[in-house]
Amino acid sequence: MSHTTDLPAWVALIVAFLLVLGSGLTLLGAIGLVRFQSFYERVHAPTLGTTWGAGAILIASIICFSVLQSRPVLHEVLITIFVVVTTPVTLMLLARAALYRDRTEGTPGVPQFEAAGEPGAERPGTSD
Amino acid sequence: MSGVILILALTLSQMLLVAAMACAIWRLVRGPRAQDRVLGLDALYVAAMLVLLTFGIRTGSTTYFEAALVIALLGFVSTVALAKFLMRGEVIE
Amino acid sequence: MNRWLPYPVLTASLVVMWLLLNRFSLGHLILGSIIALGASQAMSALQPAQPRVRRWDMIPRLIWVVFVDICHSNIAVAGIILKGRRRQRDSGFVTIPLELRDRTGLAVLACIVTSTPGTAWLEYHSANGRLLIHVLDLVNEQDWIDTVKRYESLLMEIFE
Repeated sequence: MSHTTDLPAWVALIVAFLLVLGSGLTLLGAIGLVRFQSFYERVHAPTLGTTWGAGAILIASIICFSVLQSRPVLHEVLITIFVVVTTPVTLMLLARAALYRDRTEGTPGVPQFEAAGEPGAERPGTSD
Repeated sequence: MSGVILILALTLSQMLLVAAMACAIWRLVRGPRAQDRVLGLDALYVAAMLVLLTFGIRTGSTTYFEAALVIALLGFVSTVALAKFLMRGEVIE
Repeated sequence: MNRWLPYPVLTASLVVMWLLLNRFSLGHLILGSIIALGASQAMSALQPAQPRVRRWDMIPRLIWVVFVDICHSNIAVAGIILKGRRRQRDSGFVTIPLELRDRTGLAVLACIVTSTPGTAWLEYHSANGRLLIHVLDLVNEQDWIDTVKRYESLLMEIFE
């Protein structure tokens, strides 16, 4: 635990604040994942953890290593970009899969297929 | 002093993240449907990646960063594959 | 662009990524450039649709608008989760007619809508240009249509 004492107090405070903020938001998202009633509500919950949750912890990591090594350490930016780009893709695919399954099973409360006679109406997975 | 604040914040944030992982595992086990389980898995790997990053800050080594990057990559690919499987792999006619 | 540099933005970002993963040195700069050039040549063999950006100067504004909205909706969704079942809340599906037709613009719009907590992109019909999203806190349908329309007008300026 020697390196953490090398940090100036104000840097330690900022890093501590960002860490608690990020992990708190991630936990809130996970609680939402448990609490919400339907799948379409649950899809919203993990985005809390992947926007500000991951963002705050990654900024904390960037600040901590940049001050410790007294040079800009920016490789955490790669994870940030990666998480920002990939999370919407996975959630979108998952939501579309759920919509497709609910429609084929005829679950009530789900928007039905669009009116017939247009391409892609039969298989909503191809309508992009 | 600054070391104490940082260690406390790191411990707290690791506990919060582990609680988040427990919530994701609960959703993974309970379901009720396959898409809920995949969503739980997705939240689980994001939280695991963040725990690894906090370990990186605690130990001051950048090795954990590479592990976090690998988890992010594999988690993305697996969730996409599972979502594709849910959409096409099951025939409900 | 030309034969050796089909995707200049992709090549440049690959070089930057290589230098971030390794330490900056002349050797890594040369090695990263060779790999980036090879990768962009392989990419051109796949022949993806070349995205055309008309207005580069609007991109920082779009990023700022999205950043502010993500901050707001993070607070809003965190409040919803904390309040739990004590408050009556409606979530529902909203259909939005879109005028944006550019494929890259639609992809960026999908990423924005999904990564903002509180809205999720469900499906888009390219035949009639109708988009179906799911909204967590559906108080007024028109508010959400206006939000998406604001992104859409910015994206149309950038890509069309």
